[in-house]
Amino acid sequence: MDILIYGTINSVALALYALGFALVYGICRLPNFAHGALYVLSGFIAWTVIHTLNANLWVAVPVSLLATGVIGAVIYRLFLIRVRGMEISEIIASYAIALAILEGLRWGGFKGMTYTLPVFIEGSVVIGGISVDYQRLLTVVIGAALVAALWLFTHYTRVGLALRGMAQDERAALMLGIDSDLMAVVAMGLGSMLAAFAAVLLLPLGNIVVESGYNVLILAIAVCIVGGIGSWMGAVMAAFLIGFAQILTVVYLGSHYQMMVALLAIILTLILKPSGLFGQQKELEERV
Amino acid sequence: MKTANQERRRERIDRGIKVRSDGLYALMSWRELGYLTAPRLVLIAGLILLPAVMPGLYWQRVITIVCIYSLLALSFDFLAHYVGLVSLGGAFFVGVGGYLTALLNTGWGFPPVIAAPIAAILGGAICTLLLLPCLPLRGVYFAIVTLMYPLFLARMIEALDILGGTDGIMGIDSFPYAWLEQYGIIVLLLMILFGLRRLVTTDLGLVMRAVKDNDQAVKASGINITHYKALAVFIASSVGCLAGACMVHTYMWAGISTFALDFSVLPIAATVIGGGSTLVGPVLGCLILVPVSELLRDFGTLRIVFYSLILLGFIVFRSEGLMIYGQRKYQQFERWTRI
Amino acid sequence: MTPAPILQVDGITKTFGGIIALNNVSFTLNEGDILGIIGPNGSGKTTIVNCVTGFVKASSGRVLFRGRPITGKPPHKIAQLGLLRTFQIMRPYYSLPAYKNLVIPLCSPRARRTGGWRGGGKLGDRNTVGIDILEEIGFERDSYVPYKITNTLPTGYLKRLELARCLALKPELIICDEVFSGLSMSEIASMVPLIERLQMDGITLVMIEHRLRELFQVANRVMVLNFGEKLMEGSAEEVMADPRVREAYFGSEAVEEVMNHA
Repeated sequence: MDILIYGTINSVALALYALGFALVYGICRLPNFAHGALYVLSGFIAWTVIHTLNANLWVAVPVSLLATGVIGAVIYRLFLIRVRGMEISEIIASYAIALAILEGLRWGGFKGMTYTLPVFIEGSVVIGGISVDYQRLLTVVIGAALVAALWLFTHYTRVGLALRGMAQDERAALMLGIDSDLMAVVAMGLGSMLAAFAAVLLLPLGNIVVESGYNVLILAIAVCIVGGIGSWMGAVMAAFLIGFAQILTVVYLGSHYQMMVALLAIILTLILKPSGLFGQQKELEERV
Repeated sequence: MKTANQERRRERIDRGIKVRSDGLYALMSWRELGYLTAPRLVLIAGLILLPAVMPGLYWQRVITIVCIYSLLALSFDFLAHYVGLVSLGGAFFVGVGGYLTALLNTGWGFPPVIAAPIAAILGGAICTLLLLPCLPLRGVYFAIVTLMYPLFLARMIEALDILGGTDGIMGIDSFPYAWLEQYGIIVLLLMILFGLRRLVTTDLGLVMRAVKDNDQAVKASGINITHYKALAVFIASSVGCLAGACMVHTYMWAGISTFALDFSVLPIAATVIGGGSTLVGPVLGCLILVPVSELLRDFGTLRIVFYSLILLGFIVFRSEGLMIYGQRKYQQFERWTRI
Repeated sequence: MTPAPILQVDGITKTFGGIIALNNVSFTLNEGDILGIIGPNGSGKTTIVNCVTGFVKASSGRVLFRGRPITGKPPHKIAQLGLLRTFQIMRPYYSLPAYKNLVIPLCSPRARRTGGWRGGGKLGDRNTVGIDILEEIGFERDSYVPYKITNTLPTGYLKRLELARCLALKPELIICDEVFSGLSMSEIASMVPLIERLQMDGITLVMIEHRLRELFQVANRVMVLNFGEKLMEGSAEEVMADPRVREAYFGSEAVEEVMNHA
């Protein structure tokens, strides 16, 4: 029973990590290696707001979300937009940004295990004989709501539809008058905000450490690869697959092996079905 | 470039001496011979003389470190610009090579001069095998997987406490002679540098470059792309593992830090600064960056911030690199002409 | 001597998501034939080539080359059997000189086996063989053209280069995807003898074309595709006389116009 509960929570967490990355890759075709860095950055922003400005959590969260979204958009507009289309340069550039942010934070003194974010609601509830914090429950609820909200956004609002149009066929979108550069900046901002969302929900469950920047990146990439690029369904399913696999390994093999699950998942997917569970990318790119 | 009041444009023309010396069968004078060989001689002589002019043991060791990073940067440049695979994890090769040679040395008692080459080849094979699944796919996947492996391996070693755990493997022999340690690696670097330059002009290298430019056409010509990519990865990872092996024997210790981020980032930064695809550029980049990073050693991880910012700047704004700029100056001259 | 079927395509169907690109297309090709495949844009001509040569996996159906099944094999394996293709959107190696373009096919296992074009046994220096092949194709050796960088060559030469890349592998069957498109009348006039010479050398050809007049000069059989389905197959006159073909190209109202004015 506890496997079920913790598995679900872990899976939702993975899905949250992956959302921002999947969005940016689906729309701008940019593998945003700075995703994990933005996640950690938003955590530290929230922490700084709370501790140096002595503000309330309910102030810190929106500030952090907004700030991260803006920072992401600015990074894109200043740097990444110039290497648009050159795959190698995109990867190196976003990786360089990630390193600069993460190691910069580490140098700036954010080392060690002493940085935490407060939870939204204290206390816990007992489900099926297991005591589960409210924060974790909240994560599942908000996570599901977020996925639903994003789905609605991209299917029913103008901006959302424009983003989907760009994801499908950029040239056609351009011809329809959609400014693809602007949309790409919006997408990046949105993706960064999603990273911040994940951060404020999940960081309170542990500490804010710089290493989690790399971990989150790898997990997000694992979910996207296993689920297949360009598919909501696939990403969610992959999150659950990897999430449960991780919990099972923790229970039966020990907690060191957690990351190994992610790596194995990626390698297995690449060997067996490179386009992922529901991905459509490889088909399209085989078109001569 | 046009200015507002005059119609001019900048024109670049090959220098006369370059044109004359381009076709090797037409060399007619010492001057042309000198033009061709001067850069290469400067490089060789410079590298060999460098340890002699360094003030003290510390800086001589820095030269060794420069050579080790140069080997890594060479492997990155080769993979990225001649085969199209971006390897974000040079630390992967260094770690595998380092640990392998440590095991060969301490476990089986091979002397370093034998253990290092074996570690290089064996490490190359292991790395290629581990990277095999992502070779038939687009370059992004290769980048992701090479990024993950060093992080993952480091964590594995730490968590499972195998191969010495966090303390590392100690008691590794170093090279028997000091001059071997110092000059051996310089000679290795030069051999590999010129060897790679030769390789990319052979037919084999041509196929690899074609794979980078246009893999559909290569497939349509009946060539199995994965074979050639695997071969390229084997060569590059062997070079990287050799670098790792040499480093471990120089420091006589192999630990988790062999998977450190430095080894992944500095080669990339060096390549971008020095000029990608020239194969000499990365060496030049390392010559610049490594001493700078030694000077910055007191600042902790600021080093990595520094490399990444420089890397970012070069990639985004001026991605030619020093070597290409230098080549252009050497081979062509510019002048303004009227339109 | 009855010519043996060299290529049998059986019921190939290909769907991309909801789009049916090919619907149960079948045809047989005999040795020495020149088959033309025509049809309006989007009728699936390039897709059938991709399916036959392995660049795209067909959803169902099979392909037999000389009686051996090749469905689902990767493109390089199919090329090694002697079934080659050119690309509609040309893909030469732009940064290399023209003759270097041929070195790459000459590195493939098939070239090593068959000794390259007109070579028997040992391959020899690939650069020289490359230049020889180009000379066969029509690049005048003395005029320095083979040494030019590929991105400076005009389309006519590039199309020949595509064919030369196939010839380097001693093919048995070449599928030419829109070889005549983008060429001027004089360039086509010099391409047609080349095609005929290929046929005389024993190479079977499949040509996907839009330029019908030039195609009918060389092809002995023609197949028409429309919306992924095979409309009909026959000789050039039969195909042109068929009203369904006219309707496919011109649309039904236009056909009436044309018929009334004809």
